[in-house]
Amino acid sequence: MPMSPSSSHMKLYWKKNLQTLAILLFFWALVSFGCGIVWVEELNAYRLGGYKLGFWFAQQGSIYAFIVLIFVYVVRMNKLDREFKVNEE
Amino acid sequence: MDILTWTYLLVGLSFALYIGIAIWSRAGSTEEFYVAGGGVSPLANGLATAADWMSAASFMSMAGIIAFSGYDGSVYLMGWTGGYVLLALLLAPYLRKFGKFTVPDFVGDRYYSKKARVVAVVCALFISFTYVAGQMRGVGIVFSRYLELPIEWGVVIGMAIVFFYAVLGGMKGITYTQVAQYCVLIFAYMVPAIFISLQLTDMPIPQLGLGGSVAEGKPLLDKLDGMLLELGFGAYTSGKKSMIDMLMITLALMVGTAGLPHVIVRFFTVPKVKDARLSAGYALVFIAILYTTAPAMAAFGIYNTLQSTSQKSLTELPDWVQNWEKTNLIQIEDKNGDGKVQYLADPQANELRIDKDIMVLASPEIARLPNWVVGLVASGAMAAALSTAAGLLLVISTSVSRDLFKTFNPSLSEKKELRIARISAAGAVLLAGYFGINPPGFVAEVVAFAFGLAASSFFPVILLGIFSTRVTKEGAIAGMLTGLLFTISYITYFKFVYPDLNTSAHWWWGISPEGIGTLGMILNFLVCFGVSYLSPPPPKEVQSLIQNIRIPKGAGKAYEH
Repeated sequence: MPMSPSSSHMKLYWKKNLQTLAILLFFWALVSFGCGIVWVEELNAYRLGGYKLGFWFAQQGSIYAFIVLIFVYVVRMNKLDREFKVNEE
Repeated sequence: MDILTWTYLLVGLSFALYIGIAIWSRAGSTEEFYVAGGGVSPLANGLATAADWMSAASFMSMAGIIAFSGYDGSVYLMGWTGGYVLLALLLAPYLRKFGKFTVPDFVGDRYYSKKARVVAVVCALFISFTYVAGQMRGVGIVFSRYLELPIEWGVVIGMAIVFFYAVLGGMKGITYTQVAQYCVLIFAYMVPAIFISLQLTDMPIPQLGLGGSVAEGKPLLDKLDGMLLELGFGAYTSGKKSMIDMLMITLALMVGTAGLPHVIVRFFTVPKVKDARLSAGYALVFIAILYTTAPAMAAFGIYNTLQSTSQKSLTELPDWVQNWEKTNLIQIEDKNGDGKVQYLADPQANELRIDKDIMVLASPEIARLPNWVVGLVASGAMAAALSTAAGLLLVISTSVSRDLFKTFNPSLSEKKELRIARISAAGAVLLAGYFGINPPGFVAEVVAFAFGLAASSFFPVILLGIFSTRVTKEGAIAGMLTGLLFTISYITYFKFVYPDLNTSAHWWWGISPEGIGTLGMILNFLVCFGVSYLSPPPPKEVQSLIQNIRIPKGAGKAYEH
């Protein structure tokens, strides 16, 4: 069934999209600005192997987290697209 | 074989490969020239984006910058990777659905205004030119250091190669050469990194080696902290920058990355919206391989340098120090005449000056690797510089042919448009080459410009263009101009007019010129919103355009409207 982009169905799709973005961007800011900068001194009291934990977040961990966030987004959006039947053939 | 023969051989082979690919993938239409016909697979686009993104500076200088700034260098690591999250989540899929060729295309259509488009073109041209001059310089430096040719010759040869595949192949040629260039550059970066990591920490993976232990069983980073503190420097794992400045610079680099036109345009080349999302993920994986290795190279490099030079007698310095002294990248001056090298934080007493590029360029010699590895690093640095230069040149030529000529002369035939695109690519190569040979004294400073401008001009208007239906052309133009003027003025004031005042005591709220793009972006957002609510809402067609780009279904190939 063809749907006009402004139907309530589409509004719900957009709302769920925005929710996904908000959650993922929260973690994006948490690992970089939070763990890598704001709380770096506190985290440096803990260790990860030879790394101080805060330093690890700033130079390694945040980058790994960014990758995970993008792939979570890809999977989640593909599922959402199919659910709302807006996926591409 | 000696180092020079290996270098000529490997650099020559890599050039032959790029030219071969360029001939195989010649562009026949404007669509192929601008977006490679929209048929690039997400994996290939991820590889090409990574090569496009990682410039001569990423390859040669980043490890050195981190080596000498320790924790403070994290702003580059987080900033230049975190931007891909913004790109993947907020921009790439929607711009792909929009389905045209350039960033100014989007700005012009979404904001129903040629003026907005022209402002966007000017930003795109300015950002790309500041960037491309640095790449050509990088090519020249590699030639002069490794092939013992004058810099001018290096730049001319680099220009000829880029000219060949960018002008002939357009986006199609560039994409497939970038895939090859990524493979060359990552191999060249990882080989010395893995060997050095093994030698120092017994770990074959540099990312683990950085957290590993050196000979006496002490963690490398702790040992490094101790050594640097003893010499009067700050600890490696803690920084000197204020927290506010760290936050501002990181955010400006992230947002700037997401707003760079030559990166955005790569996501126009994949067939579907979901491919755009996926290829941003692939791109970040490929970028992260180098970006998580760079801090390891940095720590290994500074550790090795301290071990082999500090308090060592001038006669027992290792060969690599003497080799690189010839190029002036390492300078030793025995100020107190004790016959030993003192590396100290105090500039009066310090006797050793090391260029930041040494950490990567001299890495094969530091690790006593075979001669072919030196040649490999040279061709890797070349690949990094050429791939970025080509991507930027394409943005410049597209901006001229499509966003300027075609906008003001819509009846332009495709054949003519393609010819103009090629001519402007050629013109851009020549101009970039000129700046490579005669670099303006401020090449390093203009990088702050490029990111600050991308952050304060493009990012907010593209983002609002997608996520708000209320933002109007008046808002967008006012926002872009405010962000742009504010950022340019602040950077110009501190970098060019009063460089003596460029200290945290004089900065607004302690924000350095590198981080001011963040404030420019916030201003852009505020002005854009304010003016939009005072002006009439966008017309119906624009409202439905926005609704349309928000859903993936129905994304055709990039097309002509």
